[in-house]
Amino acid sequence: MHEPGRPSPALRVGTDLCSVEQVAESVATFGERYLRRVYTNHELEYCSQNPALSAERLAARFAAKEATMKVLRPGDARPDWRTIEVRRDPGGWCELALTGSAARLAHDAAIDSLSVSLSHEAGMANAVVVATLFE
Amino acid sequence: MTTDRIREVIARHGRLAVDVAALSDTDDLYRAGLTSHASVNLMLALEDAFDIEFPERLLRRDTFESVAAIGSAIHELHAELNV
Repeated sequence: MHEPGRPSPALRVGTDLCSVEQVAESVATFGERYLRRVYTNHELEYCSQNPALSAERLAARFAAKEATMKVLRPGDARPDWRTIEVRRDPGGWCELALTGSAARLAHDAAIDSLSVSLSHEAGMANAVVVATLFE
Repeated sequence: MTTDRIREVIARHGRLAVDVAALSDTDDLYRAGLTSHASVNLMLALEDAFDIEFPERLLRRDTFESVAAIGSAIHELHAELNV
């Protein structure tokens, strides 16, 4: 709950939509090169647990990475996709873990926390990322 | 010719909303329909076509902004390989 007298945090929101079919196509065309270039070992391990949902899960994670980039506001420079990781909690929700260049961007932007929500249905995957900043 | 090859790769993997032949070398590919995910495929296909690997410092939006920008990046990477 908001404490009286304490400044409210500033917010940034990012969202992205990704085609599941296009992700499946990328996997079919480029295979491991695509997977290893975009996703972390943790993400690949989770997404491969259910082959029937693999493309949906990968697409949702790609959308999460792009949504995070919008929050980070890197300008023309883009962090490596693998420096933004979606970590799935056994409880079913997801968290974001930033490393390397993405972590530096978050630090420079004074981002205090990040929250992510993923969804996929009817051939599309969506992610929304909210960042709080204390100015 | 490098530019022709780049255009071939864009035509096959860029998923643009328009024919790449209708674009000049400096026309904005994002405005022509290049999405963030398609840019991944484009990057991987360019790496295959030109035997290069884009380092993180070139994973910039403006690297893939136009045929000319892509050509400059490829030229830069080839020059580094030849040093």
